[in-house]
Amino acid sequence: MTQHLQKLLNGIDVKADWVGLREVDERTTVRFIRDGNPQTNARAKTHGIMVEVLADGQFGYVGTNDMSSAGIQTAAEEAFKQAKMAAKYAVFAFTDQARPKTVGTYVSPHKQVFGNSAPGELNDLLVKGCKALKVSDKVISTNAFAQIVESKHGFVSTNGSDIFQDFLLVTFDLVATAQDGKNINTRSAGGLRGLSRQIGAELFEEEWILNKAVEIGEQADELTTAMECPTGDMDLVLAPDQMMLQIHESVGHALEIDRILGDERNYAGWSFVKLEDFGKLQYGSKLMNATYDPTYPGQFASFNFDDGGLKADKEYLIKEGILVRGLGGKESQIRSGVPGVANFRASSWNRAPIDRMGNINLEPGDSTFEEIISAVEKGVYMEANRSWSIDDYRNKFQFGCEYGKLIENGKLTKTVRNPNYRAISNPFWNKLAMVGNQDTFEMYGTPYCGKGEPNQAIRVGHASPVCLFKDIAVFGGA
Amino acid sequence: MEQIFNKISEQLYNDLAEKEYLTLSLSGENSQFIRINNAKVRQTGIVNNVDLIFDFIFDNRNAKGSITLSGDYDNDFKKAQEELDRLRKEIVQLPEDPFIVLPKNTGSTKESKTAKGLTTDNAVDALLPVMAGVDLVGIWAAGKIFSGNSNSLGQKHWFETETFSLDFSLVNKDHKMVKGNFAGSDWDQAGYEKYIDSAKQKLEIMNKPPVKLKTGKYRTWFESKAVADFLTMFSWQGVSEASVRQGASAFIKMREEGEKLSPLFSLDEDFRPGLVPRFSEGGEVAPELISIIDKGELKNTLVSSRTAKEYNVGSNNASGNEVLRAPKMAIGNLTDADVLKELGTGLFLSNLHYLNWSDNIGGRITGLTRYACFWVENSEIVGPIETMRFDDTIYNLFGDELEAVGDNIQINPEVETYEGRQYGNITCPGMLVKSFELTL
Repeated sequence: MTQHLQKLLNGIDVKADWVGLREVDERTTVRFIRDGNPQTNARAKTHGIMVEVLADGQFGYVGTNDMSSAGIQTAAEEAFKQAKMAAKYAVFAFTDQARPKTVGTYVSPHKQVFGNSAPGELNDLLVKGCKALKVSDKVISTNAFAQIVESKHGFVSTNGSDIFQDFLLVTFDLVATAQDGKNINTRSAGGLRGLSRQIGAELFEEEWILNKAVEIGEQADELTTAMECPTGDMDLVLAPDQMMLQIHESVGHALEIDRILGDERNYAGWSFVKLEDFGKLQYGSKLMNATYDPTYPGQFASFNFDDGGLKADKEYLIKEGILVRGLGGKESQIRSGVPGVANFRASSWNRAPIDRMGNINLEPGDSTFEEIISAVEKGVYMEANRSWSIDDYRNKFQFGCEYGKLIENGKLTKTVRNPNYRAISNPFWNKLAMVGNQDTFEMYGTPYCGKGEPNQAIRVGHASPVCLFKDIAVFGGA
Repeated sequence: MEQIFNKISEQLYNDLAEKEYLTLSLSGENSQFIRINNAKVRQTGIVNNVDLIFDFIFDNRNAKGSITLSGDYDNDFKKAQEELDRLRKEIVQLPEDPFIVLPKNTGSTKESKTAKGLTTDNAVDALLPVMAGVDLVGIWAAGKIFSGNSNSLGQKHWFETETFSLDFSLVNKDHKMVKGNFAGSDWDQAGYEKYIDSAKQKLEIMNKPPVKLKTGKYRTWFESKAVADFLTMFSWQGVSEASVRQGASAFIKMREEGEKLSPLFSLDEDFRPGLVPRFSEGGEVAPELISIIDKGELKNTLVSSRTAKEYNVGSNNASGNEVLRAPKMAIGNLTDADVLKELGTGLFLSNLHYLNWSDNIGGRITGLTRYACFWVENSEIVGPIETMRFDDTIYNLFGDELEAVGDNIQINPEVETYEGRQYGNITCPGMLVKSFELTL
């Protein structure tokens, strides 16, 4: 699958210490129905090659969609020139050890491909989804959304790497907005921070989708008459579709080694974690076990190799509450001396790889959902993220959810609207009091994790059980 | 690239059958990116990217597509033909769209601005030396960006400009930072070096001992960039007519409940400076000036032609996603020299960070302070504050609590590059509020 890339690589004539070609050929298909009518049927195709060159210890790159031999030669010459000019000001002098030789392939797990009849069938299903969402006249707006990404990645290099990875990625959502007078509430299947995974057309199973749509519509309706979320310090139980965001913002980004090294300080920010914290910091309670797991079948950011050619394996980031490993690819591992993972990733052919999250998961514990709820005297259970914000050191966060339930004397009672909570990352994770078992474990993801300069939006996955945190500041809406 | 775009357009339009309508838009860049950490080069490279976007209509159905162009006409035209064929096969499978808007020919425009910027060969040597001796982190993004639009009824638009931006932070030994952005079209080496030296001087004030604040409500001056951060939120579930109609806008209170903002606050969509194309991705040309908020009253939301058709209201040729493309807030009468005097005791906030609606319908926004944010006592800066979270509503900040608006309007250039380098900016002054709620 990479013969043409090898041919292009063999044709390049520059006096570089190393040259790599990374090709991305990606089709993103969006089907979006609103209130039963087609809103978007679009397919965006992007195809190009990033030519990366190492000279005098500095990498230089040119991303181009002129993939002819002449176009790639010109790009290589320009990348070489960029590297040479910048080398005297380089942050770090690299060798080709930053791009290890790797050979292999990866294919997303899937049972059914999207056939030629898919556009019509999928539109019909999404129209039915909208109808099922409208459970009452209070539902004023309905959305049904599907995004299918078919992405082929090739990577070859002068030190012998030859990688081909073929991804099939699906994001699906259902949304209902309901109104009762001044009270307007929206409920979804998780939005773009929800149901994203590597899967085929088998995801679009009609009975499951229509049942899910009715449930979402009913909960949107229910929220219009629900009480406002109470304010105060109390126990907080988070469902996996909110845990995904909690892990993402207060674990994932904080552990990116390029952030800790300061690369991101002008944009996404820095981190409260320091290089000397690895192996020592009590990140969370002893119940906390967080992993980087690119091997989890069907998870959104599963792959076999990162974009620097490093083989991807499952690794513990936090074990029994202690920080043991960072999210840093080969370049960051070399720069920092801290153990890392295969997470040197680029959003496409037109961006250089940086340290990104992949699948960052919280490993299951041993509590049932019932045991967790029954352990709470006064608290709130929250599902599905709708608002997120955290400071540039990944300390002070505030998150809001779509749907909540009061927990009173060990039982789920009334529904609450506008549930929010705020805390500081390190003390928050040390208040982790119970972790759900495998039965409560669910897998989510998002196509849009933003970071980097120039900016890059990348796909990440998060799986988690239900979790209980003690004594957290909880509050309601405006 | 303009010639290739025009040639492909003409060829494809000539081949259209009856009842087929096609709008083509082109978006491209030839950009140099240099990523800097600790006043050294972290990553450096060039991106040449051109996307051709298809909006195809047939028999009340609509399908969209896009491909990348290489610059080789024969190759690109073949890919364009294949994409049109794919759209033809797909569109007959799609449901009818009752709110479809057919393209029109409302005239053609062309704007092409060249500049004397730094070349990709000399950028590093021009930029780096003056950074010596300070921890500077940021991104150099420069080169040509261009957009085209045409449709099968003969309309044609082209917009092309060359710009540069060094967006950066300076960091002191205590990790306190100030933000800078040196942007423009023609390069001025002396002006650049003066700007960096001035930023270094600003950093010195961050060396004062930091002030730890308690949560609560504070009298606050927001610098222009901080005001721009709030105004950015208006484009996300705010000013869009579709978002108002579909129960997702913070402006619903103004539309349906008669809420008003302060008479000191006015906001326009103002294309007159010519820094962004007036044509949208659909080829519709917006009016030069649209009043959004006039002295606290909601005058207009942004309405695309599709929204106009669906809800039977007038269109103001907004883009499909109905976001502000050329926002400009009206100035007030508070001079820079009087800001500290009028603030007295309170917060002086230069930048905000990571804003999000915490209660969208209630107009409540949460976010954080960042960069040069100070505690001021008796009109004197005491020192930089520790990072604080806020949670407050636009109805307070741009409404009852707004006390004064600055008379110094500033251009805050768009620096995001997710979909490539962007046009545009948010033009606004600073503002003084009586109360701003810090929560963590």
